[in-house]
Amino acid sequence: MNQALERPTVQTMGPNKQKGLLARAFAIREFSLLIIIIACVIILSFLTPHFLTVSNLSTTAIGLAADGIIAVGMTVALVLGGFDLSVGSVMALSGVVAGSLYLAGVNIWLAAGIALLMGMICGLINGYFIGRVGLNPFITTLGMMSIARGASYVLTKGSPLSLAGMSKGFKFLGGGHIFGFPVMVLIYLLIVVIMDFIMRRSVVMRQVFYVGSNEKAAVLSGINVSKVKMGVFFLTGTLAAVSGILTLSRFTVATPNAGMSAEMRAIAACVIGGASLSGGEGTILGSVLGVILLALVNNALILLNVSVYWQDLITGIILISAVLIDFLSHRSSFLGK
Amino acid sequence: MGKKVLLSIWDITKIFPGVKALDQVSLDVAQGEVHALVGENGAGKSTLVNIISGVHKPDGGQMFFDGQPYAPANPREAQESGIGLVHQETALCPHLSVAENVFLGRMPHKAGGLVDFKKAWAETNKLLQNFSTELNPKAKVEELSVANQQLVEIIKALSLDCRLLILDEPTSSLTDAETENLFRIIGELKKRGISILYISHRLKEVFRICERITILRDGVLVKTLNTSETNEEEVICQMVGRNIDHLYPAKKGGNGEEILRVENLSGQHFRDISFSLKKGEILGFAGLVGAGRSEVARAVCGIDPLVSGEIYLNGQKVRFNSYYDAIRARVAYLTEDRKNEGLFLKMSVKDNLVVTSLREITHRHLVHQEKERSLAAHYVEKLRIKTADLLQKMVNLSGGNQQKVVVGKWLAIDPVVLFMDEPTRGIDVGAKTELHFLMRELCNRGIGIVLISSELPEIIGMCDRVIVMNEGCKAGELAGEEITEQNIMRLAAMQSNQIA
Repeated sequence: MNQALERPTVQTMGPNKQKGLLARAFAIREFSLLIIIIACVIILSFLTPHFLTVSNLSTTAIGLAADGIIAVGMTVALVLGGFDLSVGSVMALSGVVAGSLYLAGVNIWLAAGIALLMGMICGLINGYFIGRVGLNPFITTLGMMSIARGASYVLTKGSPLSLAGMSKGFKFLGGGHIFGFPVMVLIYLLIVVIMDFIMRRSVVMRQVFYVGSNEKAAVLSGINVSKVKMGVFFLTGTLAAVSGILTLSRFTVATPNAGMSAEMRAIAACVIGGASLSGGEGTILGSVLGVILLALVNNALILLNVSVYWQDLITGIILISAVLIDFLSHRSSFLGK
Repeated sequence: MGKKVLLSIWDITKIFPGVKALDQVSLDVAQGEVHALVGENGAGKSTLVNIISGVHKPDGGQMFFDGQPYAPANPREAQESGIGLVHQETALCPHLSVAENVFLGRMPHKAGGLVDFKKAWAETNKLLQNFSTELNPKAKVEELSVANQQLVEIIKALSLDCRLLILDEPTSSLTDAETENLFRIIGELKKRGISILYISHRLKEVFRICERITILRDGVLVKTLNTSETNEEEVICQMVGRNIDHLYPAKKGGNGEEILRVENLSGQHFRDISFSLKKGEILGFAGLVGAGRSEVARAVCGIDPLVSGEIYLNGQKVRFNSYYDAIRARVAYLTEDRKNEGLFLKMSVKDNLVVTSLREITHRHLVHQEKERSLAAHYVEKLRIKTADLLQKMVNLSGGNQQKVVVGKWLAIDPVVLFMDEPTRGIDVGAKTELHFLMRELCNRGIGIVLISSELPEIIGMCDRVIVMNEGCKAGELAGEEITEQNIMRLAAMQSNQIA
C-alpha cells in the first residue's frame, strides 16, 4: 500500500539540490547538534566562571568517557536495528570481576584481561540467543542485564570493593594524563576514531547497515545475518567491559552499582545523535555529540547549583525534543513531496 | 432480472500513480443475487472491492446503495451502510474468542463499562444457529479451521446488518467439503435476501452458484453475462482476450544443454515437482497466486526448506542448505516483493548494487571504494538505471528503476540460473519492455531464466516453455504453439481432483 514510494520522481531534483549550503548542513544531524553544543558552551561560560576551567572540562570529559565508550557500541547495535540493555550491568560486572580477582591475589592486568573476556562472553551469549536462536533483543538483553547485575551483587555481597595498592601503571589508565590530557579520554577518542573508520569503511559494518536497513532483503542477498548479529552483540559487550575496567582504574573501587542505567543514557545519546530505533541509521560522531550534550547539561546543573534530581528530567526532555524535531522534519519533507 | 437493484456502480474510475486501475466501470448487484466478479490478476477486481468497501476513494464515477447515493469515506462507513467484506486472508484477532471477534469494538457491556460476556456469547450463538454449526462462541479463533474463521467473518458482517456481502476468493484455502458447506451458507444468505459479490478464479464454482458474471480486464469492464447464457470457454476468452503481438523480444531459446534439473521436489506448499532448464532458455511458471510457484523457486535456492527431491546443477547433484550456498553456485532468486525483500530503501543505489558482491570489493576487510564505485557504475550504465548519482537513496527511484537495481545486484554475481519472481510487477510499460529485452539478452549469453509471472501475456510473450502450477502441483507443461492463454488458464483453474 506504499503508493507514495511507487510514484516516479524526477531524479535530477533531489531535495538537496534546491537548498543552499547552510540548509544542507543543518539537514545533517551532527552539524545542528554541534551548533547546539557550542551555544551551550558559550552560555555556560557567561553564566559561571567555573565552567571554562581546565579542571572542570577535564573532569567532565573523564566522566563522559565511560558512557561514551558504551554509546559507541550502542550505536552499532542501533544501526543493526537492535539495542543492548545489558551494557550497564556488564560494565559493573567487569569491574567487580577484576576487583575480586585482584583481591584474591591475581595480578591486576591479568584480572582486567579476564574481566574483558567475561564481557565478551556476555556479549556472545546475547548474540547467540538473538542471532542464532532468534530471540527478541529486548528480552534477551533485559535478561542479561539482570543476570550481570545480580552476579555483581553476589560477588561483592552488595558492598563496594576497595582496591588499595593497585599498580601505578593500571591506575594510569583511568587517572593518568599525557601532555595534560586525561588518558581515559584519549582511550575513548581512540576507540571513536577507530570505530568511526570501521563503521564507514569496513565490509563487516556495511553488512550491519544492510541488516538494519532491511533484514529480509539482507537474508535474500546472501548475508549471514545471524553471524552479523552475534558480532554486534559481541562488540557491545566488549566495549561495556572496557568501560567497566577503565572506571575501576579511575576510582580504584569496584562497585556493583556502577553503570546504573548507562544503557538508557547510551540509547538516549545515540538517538539524540541521529540513530534510529528502526535501524539502518546512526553514526559514531553522532553518539559522541549526544554524549557530550547530555554531559554538558549535567555539568551545568551542578555548576549552577541546581539539584541533581533535575538531571533525568531534563535528559528526558532533550531526548523527546530531538526525536520530535526529527519526526517533524521528516514528515514535512514527506508531505512536501 | 426484475429484482430490485441493491448496489449500482456508475462509471467508477480509479487512477494510481502511473496506472489506471479502473476505467469507467459500471455494474449492478440485485437484491438476493450472487454476482461473480472475475478477471486475471491485476484486472482491477481488488481495486473495485476496495472502493466499494471504502478503503479507496474513486477518482471518478458514482455509486448508489439501496437507491441512495453512496460514497463511503472509510471502511467503517461502508460497514454501517450494510456492506460486509470477507477478505481472502481473514482479518481476525487470533488470540480472542469467536464472540469477541464478532463484536470487535462494540462488545456489549454492563453499567460501569464491564464487558457483558454472557450477552456476547448468547448473541453470537443466536447468529451461529442459522448455520447449523458446532462453533463455540468461547473458542479462540486461532484454534479454528480456516473455513470456520471465514464463517466467523461472515457472522461478524451479518451482525452488522450487512445486506451486501463481498467474498474475496473465499474458497482458496478450503477443502472440497468446506467449500460445499460455504455454498450452503451462501444459499441461506440468498434466501434471506442478502446479495453477494463473489470474487473467484475458479470458474466451476462461479458457474455453480452465481447468477451473473462480470468480467474485468486491465481495469475495464468487458461484459456482464448471465450465467445461464454462457459457458466457461467464453468467460476465459473474455478474461484474457487481448493481443500481445508487439512488445516482446523474439524467442530463440531451448536448444542449449541442460543446466538445471529438478526431480520430484516436495516442500511445505508443493508436491512432486520436476522440471529441467536449458542454457539460454526462459522457462515460465504460470498459475494462480498461491499455486506454489514462488515456493518452488525459493526451495530450489535453499531459502525455504525442502521435504524431498533432488536438484542437479550442470549434471552435478547439489543441495543448497542456505541461500548463501546457492549464490556461491551462482543460482539466484529475484524476489517478487521488491520493497520488503529486494531493496534497502534507506540506502544508496551503490549500496544496493554491491550487496551481493561484497567479496569482490573487499580489500583487507575494508571496502575498496574505487572497485565499489566502478562495479555500481557499470550496472547503472548497463541497465540504464535513471538516477542522479550512485549515492541517490533507493526510495527516490521509480518502480522500474528500483527493479533494475534488483536485477543489477544479481547480474553482479554472474549467475548461471536466475529465478525471476514477478520481475515486472508494478512497473510502467516502457521499463517492462526494457526488462524483457534484457532477459532475452541474458539468455542469449547462456543464462537460464525461470520466469514466474501472474501476467499471462508476459508468460506467453517471453517463455520458451511453460509449467503451469495448480494448488502446489504441476498441472501441465506447455511448449511452443501450445502456450496459449486458454491452455494456461484451463490448467491453472482446474479443480484439484482433475489434475492428472
